Amino acid sequence: MFRLEARTSTPAWFNLALPLLAIGATLVLCSGLIALAGAGVIEAYGVMFAASLGDSYAITETLVRATPMIFTGLAVAVAFRAKFWNIGAEGQLLAGAVASCAVGAIAMPGPLAMLLMALAGAAAGAAVALLPATLRVKFKVDDVVSSLLLNSVIFYALMALIEGPWKDSFSGYPISPPIEDSANFPVLLEGTRLHLGVVAAFVAAPVIWFLIARTTLGFRIRVIGENPEAARYGGIHVERVLISTALLSGALAGLAGVGEVGGVHFQVMSDISPGYGYSGIVVAMLARLNPLGVVPAALFLAAVMTGAEAMSRATGVPAFLSEVIQGTALLAMLVALLFTAYRIRRVGAAP
Amino acid sequence: MPAPLIEMRGISKSFGAVVANEAVDLSVAPGEILGLLGENGAGKTTLMNVLFGAYAPDAGEILVQGRPVTINSSADALAAGIGMVHQHFHLAPRLSVLENLLIGIPGKSGRIDRAGGLARLREIGRQHGLTLDPDLPVSALSIGEQQRLEIVKALFRGARLLILDEPTAVLAPTEVDGLFSALRSMAAQGLGIIFISHKLNEVRALTHRCVVLRHGRVTGRVDTPASTTSSDMARLMCGHEIVPPARGPSTPGAPVLILDGISTSRHSGMALRDVSLSVRAGEILGIAGVSGNGQRALAEVISGVLAPDAGRMTIAGKMVSRFSPRGVQALGLGRIPEDRMTTGVVTNLPLADSMVLPRIGTAAFSRNGLLRPDAIRAFAEAQIKAYDIRCPGPMTRAGALSGGNLQKALLARELAFDPKVLIVSQPTRGLDIGAARFIHEKFLDMRARGCGIIVIGEDLEELLMLCDRIAVMYEGRIVGTLDSAAATVARLGLMMTGAEGHG
Repeated sequence: MFRLEARTSTPAWFNLALPLLAIGATLVLCSGLIALAGAGVIEAYGVMFAASLGDSYAITETLVRATPMIFTGLAVAVAFRAKFWNIGAEGQLLAGAVASCAVGAIAMPGPLAMLLMALAGAAAGAAVALLPATLRVKFKVDDVVSSLLLNSVIFYALMALIEGPWKDSFSGYPISPPIEDSANFPVLLEGTRLHLGVVAAFVAAPVIWFLIARTTLGFRIRVIGENPEAARYGGIHVERVLISTALLSGALAGLAGVGEVGGVHFQVMSDISPGYGYSGIVVAMLARLNPLGVVPAALFLAAVMTGAEAMSRATGVPAFLSEVIQGTALLAMLVALLFTAYRIRRVGAAP
Repeated sequence: MPAPLIEMRGISKSFGAVVANEAVDLSVAPGEILGLLGENGAGKTTLMNVLFGAYAPDAGEILVQGRPVTINSSADALAAGIGMVHQHFHLAPRLSVLENLLIGIPGKSGRIDRAGGLARLREIGRQHGLTLDPDLPVSALSIGEQQRLEIVKALFRGARLLILDEPTAVLAPTEVDGLFSALRSMAAQGLGIIFISHKLNEVRALTHRCVVLRHGRVTGRVDTPASTTSSDMARLMCGHEIVPPARGPSTPGAPVLILDGISTSRHSGMALRDVSLSVRAGEILGIAGVSGNGQRALAEVISGVLAPDAGRMTIAGKMVSRFSPRGVQALGLGRIPEDRMTTGVVTNLPLADSMVLPRIGTAAFSRNGLLRPDAIRAFAEAQIKAYDIRCPGPMTRAGALSGGNLQKALLARELAFDPKVLIVSQPTRGLDIGAARFIHEKFLDMRARGCGIIVIGEDLEELLMLCDRIAVMYEGRIVGTLDSAAATVARLGLMMTGAEGHG
């Protein structure tokens, strides 16, 4: 018989080993599905790897895809640190995309347009996140539910916009007018889609890490997440910090939308995000809410997404496998996290 | 002597390199009340958790009525007739007394047997004087009643042996008497009882026999503790003599804290009604009272967490205009919270974080919104050294520290800033003799240095030893204040029930 026993301390190497263990377990578990779909497991993973990390172009594609997930991963990591359960990064991303698209469509010098797009997108994301945070602070409304449901509200508002006032009158497609060419984010490497937003994401991660680890706001975020009562007695305005966290989290998710508009799609359509906001939750959990860990975690998921399409073409395994892998990775990580607090102990069989 | 109800033989349990129990033998006979004495960290709770199935022992065996058993869960323990009342109760606050009792009890053909439960509840109540209103929600019960419910729950499930982990720590003196008579009545009917405590006078008053643990080993077995002295037992517990600190005469100065007609309304517990008091520099004022009579609101008002509806408060001559923790702190108030784990420290973060928490925004620990990690670390390290806080270092999780060491850390974080007024609630609750002694000495030190201290407590003997004056709270009011020279436990106890004092 086995049982769980509380740990008195957690070894330091766990922080690194657990996500790797979770990813390993995920790949093993999902190999069963690949086999079920009638493909060779080694071959399928091989194609996935080659298509996502096999050559320099594949790597740039993975980087481009990781960018929105770095932003949403940071958004979720910051929020969860404060135990503000922001499940609404998806809606905040969409709001950011819409706002930056509206700004980007106005003719003005390129650098100014990009700056204003970023500001507008961040502000829109922050505004969306403010709603569930305010409901929680003022009326004790559960933030998981309100932030999650708000995603649908934002999504259908976006649909109404692109089916209505923004609809392409020439083709009749439900897509927004494109942003000005001058507002397109510069491409860093000729012949790839590696845009300025990718760099911004890689800069954002250490900046957010610094904010959490080295500033008084970060200190307060950590403390209200772990023990709001001690924080209140210690003179921290718990509600105010929670609102600040929500604004920061929403702004980061909004920036994910800005990057997609400015660097990838140059306009808004209904499928601008294949669930990057939800992936952000997986990313943040794999990263154990560490902003620096968000980068490798987002790269892993991006590689899976990029690779899954190629795998699907080459082996006939449906590309939906990438979503199964994401979900399995989240569950595997949650199980793995159990081992930071508990360990398995063998006990004598009961008589 | 009848055969033992339960016997633990050679129980050993280690956590990594820490030996919590080593070759402990212990037995309880039917009708016997066994005291389990020891300082914090001596291994009492671990031993009882082994018995109750929370931990598997590394070595040793447990026998129930002579038969060896394996206890892997609390369900196994209950099946073996072992019931435990933990320090923290396990009750569902929104359910009624009866419903809490019936949780996990299989009913008849899928239906809950309310009538049967009610009859058993009445019967247990009558037998041992443990009466409870079956329909009241648990959230409406006092702490003492909740404890009573936990005891009834164990009896309801057929416990033959009842383990009580520091049951008196949360009770007022009058409630302690009620608990003791119930326990004696249960023992008289053949139940075995293990009473965990480090209050020597209680162990002497209640138990028949007592086992003393130190560093995980049995250091003494004493029959009829009433015939041994407390200092003998203290020596067995600590390995050396413990002399209570002497409170010398003092010459109090000007008032450093004045409350004038403070009333509160919006409060989850008892509100304050027209409370006026003052504490002078170099004076220790005790606030006695049965818990739930407004002490919490008083502590919250003084700490700046709760703004009063009426009345004025003055700290070191300055009127408090804006009630906030940071506001009163800036005027020179230090605070040691009642509940270390919930309102004091952040258990999942490094100890250093908890030690700088109330002053993180000040120049000592941050500048322009940026933390000063070196300063924070240096501060924590210095305090750990100065107060002999036992921990691997400032980056240790605060939750990994023992209660005594946490209390030292909280004391250090306030005293380092030389408060003019210090408010403390239940300063030594759950602490062992050595740690309590250290805390008491620090208070007397601060008093000698001209700090005004206000101690909210239920342990009257502690208050009598520490305080120059003692005020008694009842239903949100101060019903009287006594010079401690004129105060006795009996007189304070009477005032705590609402009788007017003469002081």
